[in-house]
Amino acid sequence: MSDKSAASAAFKQVMKQYGGIFLSLIVLCVIFSVTNGRFMSVANFLNILQQVSVIAIAAFGMTWVILLGEIDLSIGSIIAVAGMVGAQCFAFGMSFVPALILTIAAGGLLGLANGVLTAKFLLPSFIVTVATMGIYRGMVSLPTNGAPAMIMEPSWTAIGTQSFIGIPIVIWVVAVLFLFNHILLSKTKFGRRAYLTGGNREAALYSGIKVDRLKIIIFMISGVMAAISGVLLSSRLFSAQTNAGMSYELDAIAAAVLGGTSLAGGVGTMIGTLIGALIIGVLNNGMNMLSVPYFYQLIVKGLVILVAVYLDVRSKRAKQ
Amino acid sequence: MAISGDNVILEISDMSKEFGAVKALKSMQLKVRPGRVHTILGENGAGKSTLMKILAGVYQPTTGSIVLDGQPYAPTNPQDAAKAGLTIVFQELSLCNNMTVAENILATREPSRGGFINDKALVRKAAELVKELGLPVSVTDQVGDLSIAQRQLVEIAKGLSIDAKVVILDEPTSSLSDSEAEILFQIIGRLKEKGVAIIYISHRMEEIMRLSDDITVVRDGSYITTRDKTEVTIAELIALMVGRDMNEIYPPRDVAAPAMTEAPVLAVNGLSRGEEFENVSFDIRPGEILGFFGLIGSGRSEVMNTLFGMAHASAGTVAIDGAQVKITSPVEAIERRIGFVTENRKEEGLVLSHSVESNISMVALDGFSSLFGFLKRKRERDAAKAEVARLTIKTASLDTIAGSLSGGNQQKIVLAKWLLTKPKILILDEPTRGVDVGAKFEIYKIIRQLAAEGTAILLVSSELPEVIGMSDRVVVMSEGKVTAIADPDQMTPEKIMHFATGFAS
Repeated sequence: MSDKSAASAAFKQVMKQYGGIFLSLIVLCVIFSVTNGRFMSVANFLNILQQVSVIAIAAFGMTWVILLGEIDLSIGSIIAVAGMVGAQCFAFGMSFVPALILTIAAGGLLGLANGVLTAKFLLPSFIVTVATMGIYRGMVSLPTNGAPAMIMEPSWTAIGTQSFIGIPIVIWVVAVLFLFNHILLSKTKFGRRAYLTGGNREAALYSGIKVDRLKIIIFMISGVMAAISGVLLSSRLFSAQTNAGMSYELDAIAAAVLGGTSLAGGVGTMIGTLIGALIIGVLNNGMNMLSVPYFYQLIVKGLVILVAVYLDVRSKRAKQ
Repeated sequence: MAISGDNVILEISDMSKEFGAVKALKSMQLKVRPGRVHTILGENGAGKSTLMKILAGVYQPTTGSIVLDGQPYAPTNPQDAAKAGLTIVFQELSLCNNMTVAENILATREPSRGGFINDKALVRKAAELVKELGLPVSVTDQVGDLSIAQRQLVEIAKGLSIDAKVVILDEPTSSLSDSEAEILFQIIGRLKEKGVAIIYISHRMEEIMRLSDDITVVRDGSYITTRDKTEVTIAELIALMVGRDMNEIYPPRDVAAPAMTEAPVLAVNGLSRGEEFENVSFDIRPGEILGFFGLIGSGRSEVMNTLFGMAHASAGTVAIDGAQVKITSPVEAIERRIGFVTENRKEEGLVLSHSVESNISMVALDGFSSLFGFLKRKRERDAAKAEVARLTIKTASLDTIAGSLSGGNQQKIVLAKWLLTKPKILILDEPTRGVDVGAKFEIYKIIRQLAAEGTAILLVSSELPEVIGMSDRVVVMSEGKVTAIADPDQMTPEKIMHFATGFAS
């Protein structure tokens, strides 16, 4: 009996927190199922998950940054840099593991630069990452003078094309990173400190939280997540494109905000962000299947984001 | 019946207000007469704020009616209230820090022609008002550069820039020093002469007895009584307000103060920081309550910030347990077991949007986590639960949002978060500001208890009775210098005020 009531309390808690956004996801699925018979299938859902993987992982990183009341607009560029670093590693004859480590480290380094400029030089993160968005994007073209670079390394391209126990590897990667970020945010001291600092930086400072260090680490997490997204993207494309990941930061922000992350800081969860990313994925996939022209897709996506966030804000205000 | 006659400017009858199932007001009534100060007295949560928000048009009452100057009055927003001649100066500062005093005072009523603001007229008009009120600020200053007290005075000036029939002052002196409060009292006196009715909300009994003509007591959302000031004593009022007798305002010491021969836990010598304060020296023993008194701008809070590592000293030494230390960040201060309840609990003390539990465990988080940084939620919860019980924090649950609690309970949460670190030295900067009488007494008891357990307490306060009532000795500061360290036999209000104003003989 008490187990049952505990379970139902937990369910209520989840519905209270994610009810609005979860409902939006279901409604979208229903709409697309009705309009297109092929939408509701396991194969298509795996397809959606695969398509959304790059955005979802970048959005996990973005959630940390927004939670802190900051923003990171450079992740689209970091996605492209990561692909190019990988391609160059192979061009220099490196093997898979060191190339992967170096690629991810590159993402961490670019995030570190964002973090140091924000935390230590006291520049607003919006300005910092607008600037580094351009700088990093430019850096992608340095090794090849603007040309794309092919990646033929089989282990690298396997990430985007192969499956493990019947499920595409990219989905495994998303699952592992979701768990990692979710646990780090909700179960650890580090996550708690991020919440507290995002909620009130001054109070965090007076409470002995090293807010500058925390901020730098979080920009590094964002950079690393973007780099992993870049690995997935380049492995699917068999190449590093100089315009890869262009404007992905906006989708990542949309996913986080759809998931209930507050741009004011201090509020947000990885579960919410995952649902937010799925909404974007379902929208893209459903409209593609209906052959909706690209420009209509942009309009619809924008409207859905506005409506979903409005509903969420309204339901939260009603609770207060 | 204390209030009689037809001369009533504002009358509230039979008012109630429900928020869902919560009855914030029931059977509220009020009669306010022109040219008189009418104090509304009640503990936090008694319904004062709700009543004021209804008058301001922020909330609409569930039942009941208001008559203002003979007309039915039912404002639906603050602009309605202003139009009807009712002005409210809220406790929470509502100024734009990035703009000048003049721009703030005349906000939304800037003198303009064809949509362009006439800057000269703006400055002139604001300057006239500031001069008339006798405020110690320049109208071209940025509000962000002013002290909290100066901002409060600007806020009041802003409220008075409208020709009002009724002015509501919600805790206007909570961040003013006595001399600044004096300026406000003079302003109130002038308003009275002009026939303006003043509704006054405060927790400071001395001030209430001095200013008020009529006093209405409210409790648990209900009207209790209205008395003429001359017919009632402080003790009676407190009893009416809390519904019980409260003979003592400050709990007595159970344990004797430590002897001056004991070794100090903290010794500060010649501490200076730029133009904020210079050559500050004092020491404190375990179990001692050392009061810090000074007018706003005397440098008290700046000294505390420096001790806590938020600001860096330009000269002087600090020794803890006899060993010289250099504290350059709050992290280091906390490592040396210093706690700091800052003067602005909403800005620096609490994460208002987070739960009671996560606020309480905030500083001591290391104690609630395992080797790899995983939180031990049960241990955290138990500790928070214990603090909530020990400090009698009134909250629906540990998951309640801290921002939804009353001022007194919020302050107890800030205390709780520091108590979990078991501080050796605890700095309390205005620990009872904006806290109702009942919670105040509880906070005093906690302070006494901590001192009895051996915590050295630095008690900074603008309330002279509080400093004298609680402290073993009092450090008096004026314009960045220590002007006296008063022993108990010197601790009379007159003497301390002399030192604080720099007129020591």
